[in-house]
Amino acid sequence: MDIKILICMGTSGISAGAEEVARNFESELKQRKLAGKCRVIKTGDRGLFRDTLVDIITPELGRITYEYVKPGDVAGIVEKHLLEGKPVKELQAGEDYKQFFSGQNRIVLSNCGEIDPEDIDDYTAHNGYNALKKIFNMTPEDMIEEIKKSGLKGRGGAGFLTGLKWEFCRKARCPQGTDDVKYVICNADEGDPGAFMDRSILEGDPHSAIEGMIIAGYATGANEGYVYCRAEYPLAIKRLIRTISQARKKGFLGKSILGSSFSFDINIKQGAGAFVCGEETALIASIEGHRGIPMPRPPFPAQKGLWGKPTLINNVETLANVRHIILKGAQWFSSIGSEKSKGTKVFALAGKVKNTGLVEVPMGTTIRQLIYGPGGGMADKKAGFKGVQIGGPSGGCLSEELLDTPIDYESITGTGAIMGSGGMVVMDARTCMVDMARFFLDFTVTESCGKCVPCRVGLKRMLEVLEDITGGRGKEEHIDFLQEMGTNIKDTALCGLGNTAPNPVLTTLRYFSDEYQAHIKDRACTSHVCLGLLKFEVMKDKCVKCGICYKACPVGAVDWKKKEYAKINKDKCIQCKACINACPFMAIE
Amino acid sequence: MAARLNPTAKKLIRQSRNKKDALIPLLQDIQAIYGYVPSEAVDLIAKELSIFPVEIYGILTFYTQFYLTARGRYTIKVCQGTACHVMGGKEILDYLSDKLGIRKGETTPDGMFSLERVACLGCCGMAPVIVVGSDFYGRCSIQKIDELLDKYRSKRAKKVK
Repeated sequence: MDIKILICMGTSGISAGAEEVARNFESELKQRKLAGKCRVIKTGDRGLFRDTLVDIITPELGRITYEYVKPGDVAGIVEKHLLEGKPVKELQAGEDYKQFFSGQNRIVLSNCGEIDPEDIDDYTAHNGYNALKKIFNMTPEDMIEEIKKSGLKGRGGAGFLTGLKWEFCRKARCPQGTDDVKYVICNADEGDPGAFMDRSILEGDPHSAIEGMIIAGYATGANEGYVYCRAEYPLAIKRLIRTISQARKKGFLGKSILGSSFSFDINIKQGAGAFVCGEETALIASIEGHRGIPMPRPPFPAQKGLWGKPTLINNVETLANVRHIILKGAQWFSSIGSEKSKGTKVFALAGKVKNTGLVEVPMGTTIRQLIYGPGGGMADKKAGFKGVQIGGPSGGCLSEELLDTPIDYESITGTGAIMGSGGMVVMDARTCMVDMARFFLDFTVTESCGKCVPCRVGLKRMLEVLEDITGGRGKEEHIDFLQEMGTNIKDTALCGLGNTAPNPVLTTLRYFSDEYQAHIKDRACTSHVCLGLLKFEVMKDKCVKCGICYKACPVGAVDWKKKEYAKINKDKCIQCKACINACPFMAIE
Repeated sequence: MAARLNPTAKKLIRQSRNKKDALIPLLQDIQAIYGYVPSEAVDLIAKELSIFPVEIYGILTFYTQFYLTARGRYTIKVCQGTACHVMGGKEILDYLSDKLGIRKGETTPDGMFSLERVACLGCCGMAPVIVVGSDFYGRCSIQKIDELLDKYRSKRAKKVK
């Protein structure tokens, strides 16, 4: 078939109506008797949200991308592009689209948005399972050496050398008198709010993670694997089930893979909604059918993991890198990135930035290059850049003067944040940093498993203090309390969740101390966020009498007439902040 | 009490007998049938898997996915992830809570809606996001919420007629 039509249909695409667009394409092609010549490919999300993205590849016009395609546009596109041979100019992807993809180096995401994730043949046509075919000419030791040489580090957050982890697991022995069994677990419990790269990989290119798992199994000597995926990702789970059964049929999974003596099979385990299960030992407990409560390490899972056997746990993005390293070599991989951090990293760019989505850049790219390159800068130029949150609830908020920090494990850790799984949320003048700190702590307090005292009690006390500050009851001594308590929890908590939970508070105290001071001393939230400090009054020096707040109010509490200042009727006001959020001039406080 | 469970649920539980890692998937399957995990199911599971009911309740209350009481016809999940928070997700949750007259975790008296907060749905590019049943809605605003609630209420009304 010479004509290909690619339609982005991940969770985001589907929620924006991509299914109807695809249906319309199919029926339109049938009606115009083009169905035999065209192949409609339903891909995963490409990383940029443009409800809906459609690519048409024809021999005459090459590849043309359309954005914001609505179901009603389909007939026109088929008519003009496919029958008359003229692209529909109005819908063609614009400068923003080009800017988003320039400056990226897509390795892990190379197939996302390009292939049909539910079709194994499409994957094999894109170099799929070629790395698996290659490994049987290598010894497991050689392979581990190759991964070590590549410098690949775990993409789940902590940044431990993947090759070293594989080696530990390879060398580990089972307890005496028990069967010699090892496990590989793919950690797809992507719980960090603000990170969604693993979901996109599993929805858009699930075979790449599965291929990585099989290779890891061969290298470590494991014959059984688990994918532990969040239940919040139903589409990813559906595609994983399909992927695994397809791989089994083709002989990439199961007994004596590709005629070798190596056997490997994979089970899927659905998480049940607990953030802490992203932690290795808690994840193992959850697979075993217990409450997801972490255990002290050592022993590390590589020595004593699932059912007491040596277990390798790697994150989705890490495993998706493996096949590229095997195919193109460690030297190629280590030529990308910075001195100490090799390869690329996928970031989930979100918040008040113009282009939101998944961006894959070489390590060592600066935060500024990321936000003002692919990100396209701030969405609301007037509100201006205030800070960027990196690494989710374990990470930190960085201010403008740190924008030129290169993105690699060492530099980010140096700022007090952590790389984490790669969530990056951009914030402008309308985001209150104290409220951000409170938000993250609220999250970690809810998700704390309750096992160790520093995390269970300490975080709760910190949250209470932050609630006092944002509620207008802040005291001078609160700052010192937060600092001291935060540092102590970092030093004494049992697992990664507790060790990193104070980071959002400590970094905002460090880089945005003036906002804490304003909340405590002036009883004012300059970003107009903290409900306890808001008066719901229109400031006449800023109001331009435009009436936007009047239209935004859902209960009719704003009095406004043309050419008059708006006024908020406090008897009717339900304090929903619709007016505050709608006002382009921040004139309501 | 186990008499009240339907045959499918009973069969599922019996099949899991002596499987060491079966408990959580089993509870997920039971919840898929009833929308929550009834206490009768807990009793039967405890018997069949030879564990104490308290261990099962320990798991049910640890993981946020599980419910011990019946859910509304539509569960509304409001994303409270970082991106959604920055884009106004909390206001959406507060507004819904106000409008429906229930707090998170509760169900409206007419059994129409249950309200939930979720940590992150991984659709940060479309923040703020809510999910009604299994339908995702991105870039939500308070106006859009009003329209959505009306839509689901009239959908239900039509079915009843």
